[in-house]
Amino acid sequence: MATAFSAPKLAAQPFSTISPSSQDRPLKIPFLGSTRKLRCLGSSRLNLSRRPSGPVVAVSDVVKAKKPTQNPSLLITKDEGLELYEDMVLGRAFEDMCAQMYYRGKMFGFVHLYNGQEAVSTGFIKLLKQQDSVVSTYRDHVHALSKGVPSRAVMSELFGKSTGCCRGQGGSMHMFSSEHNLIGGFAFIGEGIPVATGAAFSSKYRREVLKEANCDHVTLAFFGDGTCNNGQFYECLNMAALWKLPIVFVVENNLWAIGMSHLRATSDPQIYKKGPAFGMPGVHVDGMDVLKVREVAKEAIGRARRGEGPTLVECETYRFRGHSLADPDELRDPAEKAHYAARDPITALKKYLIENNLAGEAELKAIDKKIDELLEDAVEFAEESPLPPRSQLLENVFADPKGFGIGPDGRYRCEDPKFTEGTAHV
Amino acid sequence: MLAISRQRILGQCFQKIRPAVSELRSYSSAAKQITVREALNSSLDEEMSADPKVFLMGEEVGEYQGAYKITKGLLEKYGPERVLDTPITEAGFTGIGVGAAYYGLKPVVEFMTFNFSMQAIDHIINSAAKSNYMSAGQISVPIVFRGPNGAAAGVGAQHSQCYAAWYASCPGLKVLSPYNSEDARGLLKAAIRDPDPVVFLENELLYGESFPVSDEVLDSSFSLPIGKAKIEREGNDVTITAFSKMVGYALKAAEILEKDGINAEVINLRSIRPLDRSTINASVRKTNRLITVEEGFPQHGVGAEICSSVVEESFAYLDAPVERIAGADVPMPYAANLERMAVPQVEDIVRAAKRACYRSVPLAATA
Repeated sequence: MATAFSAPKLAAQPFSTISPSSQDRPLKIPFLGSTRKLRCLGSSRLNLSRRPSGPVVAVSDVVKAKKPTQNPSLLITKDEGLELYEDMVLGRAFEDMCAQMYYRGKMFGFVHLYNGQEAVSTGFIKLLKQQDSVVSTYRDHVHALSKGVPSRAVMSELFGKSTGCCRGQGGSMHMFSSEHNLIGGFAFIGEGIPVATGAAFSSKYRREVLKEANCDHVTLAFFGDGTCNNGQFYECLNMAALWKLPIVFVVENNLWAIGMSHLRATSDPQIYKKGPAFGMPGVHVDGMDVLKVREVAKEAIGRARRGEGPTLVECETYRFRGHSLADPDELRDPAEKAHYAARDPITALKKYLIENNLAGEAELKAIDKKIDELLEDAVEFAEESPLPPRSQLLENVFADPKGFGIGPDGRYRCEDPKFTEGTAHV
Repeated sequence: MLAISRQRILGQCFQKIRPAVSELRSYSSAAKQITVREALNSSLDEEMSADPKVFLMGEEVGEYQGAYKITKGLLEKYGPERVLDTPITEAGFTGIGVGAAYYGLKPVVEFMTFNFSMQAIDHIINSAAKSNYMSAGQISVPIVFRGPNGAAAGVGAQHSQCYAAWYASCPGLKVLSPYNSEDARGLLKAAIRDPDPVVFLENELLYGESFPVSDEVLDSSFSLPIGKAKIEREGNDVTITAFSKMVGYALKAAEILEKDGINAEVINLRSIRPLDRSTINASVRKTNRLITVEEGFPQHGVGAEICSSVVEESFAYLDAPVERIAGADVPMPYAANLERMAVPQVEDIVRAAKRACYRSVPLAATA
């Protein structure tokens, strides 16, 4: 049976330019699948001559260009390290708490947990500004938390209470926060990709047509390996590259789509190669290492912000739990699970921080404790929050209160007392 | 035949505008005539110039000037950043429109026909219609999906379906269907200004028809209310509801019925969702008989909803069972004579009206 034992081969591709412990390896490898060259194991080079889409800076150069005052082997400062650690621990602890609450009956329906994939969410989202957007799938709790939605709001939403981020109307799979620019939360796979492309389009439109000169908002679209076989994915790769939209397509390749192994479902499992076919760089990165993800993310987000167009980033990652809490998870090989459990991103970051003297054991334990308390508080808050009132059932179907539209004076028709008289007169 | 019917319609329009005119509207006997195509084009033009956030996207809307020439001249006027020719990717570009609408832009997405919207229906329903509700009001989607709907002439089964019933059953969408140029202008402007997703169902065969419009209609701030039907012809004996092309047929049928002494009231629904139940019920309470006319498939159609609404609210007023005229319950055939049988014709409406008027016992089931 095809298992992910071939996955380590993917990981071993010549991309590991950023290895925290080896300072000496020559770092001269350009972006895999850049528009100029396509490199893949065992096949000949393809030189795609396309119209130049701007310099694709090799990650190695980015790393080298770091300020000289800092120890050149370190990729993060202490503060950044602690921020990343805290975010990943929050994600992990939150999801574990969700599982607990689900089995106690407080949460219901479909709940999809993100354990094991925290490096991708933290690595990418912590580089964004508040106005940048994130579009996710049904596995969106941790994306919401990384983007800044308070854990209380997310937990209440999962409990279905009116204090949730969507007042209990969305649920686990539909997290929206206009304040934090988290625009979903979509249940259909591939549905978020065109919406994200549209958000990126709006950023470009604002800059070019509405003349808001500083508008350089970037959009990140997160989706999985199963989605990469869906038509909408390709449609959007095409249009994003065609119109040079400021978007990064982040593939969280955890090798399994419910019980369907990526290798059984895909003719060419190397997803990053599909980028250059559409004229954008395709990059593969070890998604269990938050620092590597962060370096790639910096480059991809920077490209988008500068107006150089989209990037496809494939993060090889793994989910430690099943597809959802209802999934018995019988098809995955325990040896594969053990392999990835040994590469837990949180443990890896902890090790890095301690070995490089960026933080002490005590500090990290203090962060763990802080997160535990935060979550206890979130659960308590969610428990005590009220259920939505009955009147909320029919609210918010339309932005326009009665659905009669807007009159020529710009106000809602239903507010015009003359409106309800008679039939349709102007 | 078209010329004669057009004159008939004009005559009707002149006669019925008079009782429905409000004091503010003054019309001259030399009212201007514009085609539905010109009405739609001018609406798009005016809305795009009034609000820079409005932009068009769709297949062939730009350089081809629109597959049915509705968007003629707009590319030259507004440039390629606001009139986007898309690749043939309904799901992709509809989703892009929705994502742009999430951030406050106002896309007008054209489907070459609404049959192609089925490739994008996930985005119309799941990411456009449901988003305001799922996000509890945080994210509204001011998008318009427009294009020709229903049967054209001899285009076969996959290009002839009417989608009014499908979209109108979904909460979160507004569904509009204009008949004449006034409807086309007013409803499209209302749709573009609306903060919610609107499905705008046009009709290809009506694009070339001209209707008289008053100066008020030609004004750039003109818009019609969503959710209000219009009584095109007042009457006392039987109510006929219709939308889009069927309004024209209903009016012709009303002419024929007039000669037999049946005074029919014709309601142009204009808005399928929200449906103007109060107007329909008020009319049925006056005439006591109802005929619903639509082009789409009969089961679970617009007529079924209207019938239920009337039975729920005005049952005691009905003197005859509600007659439902719809397209035949088959995919649209190609042969011209079969196609003619598959779509309601004026004679069908006339026959149904007569049945409704002369019948005092329920009709036995007919084949």
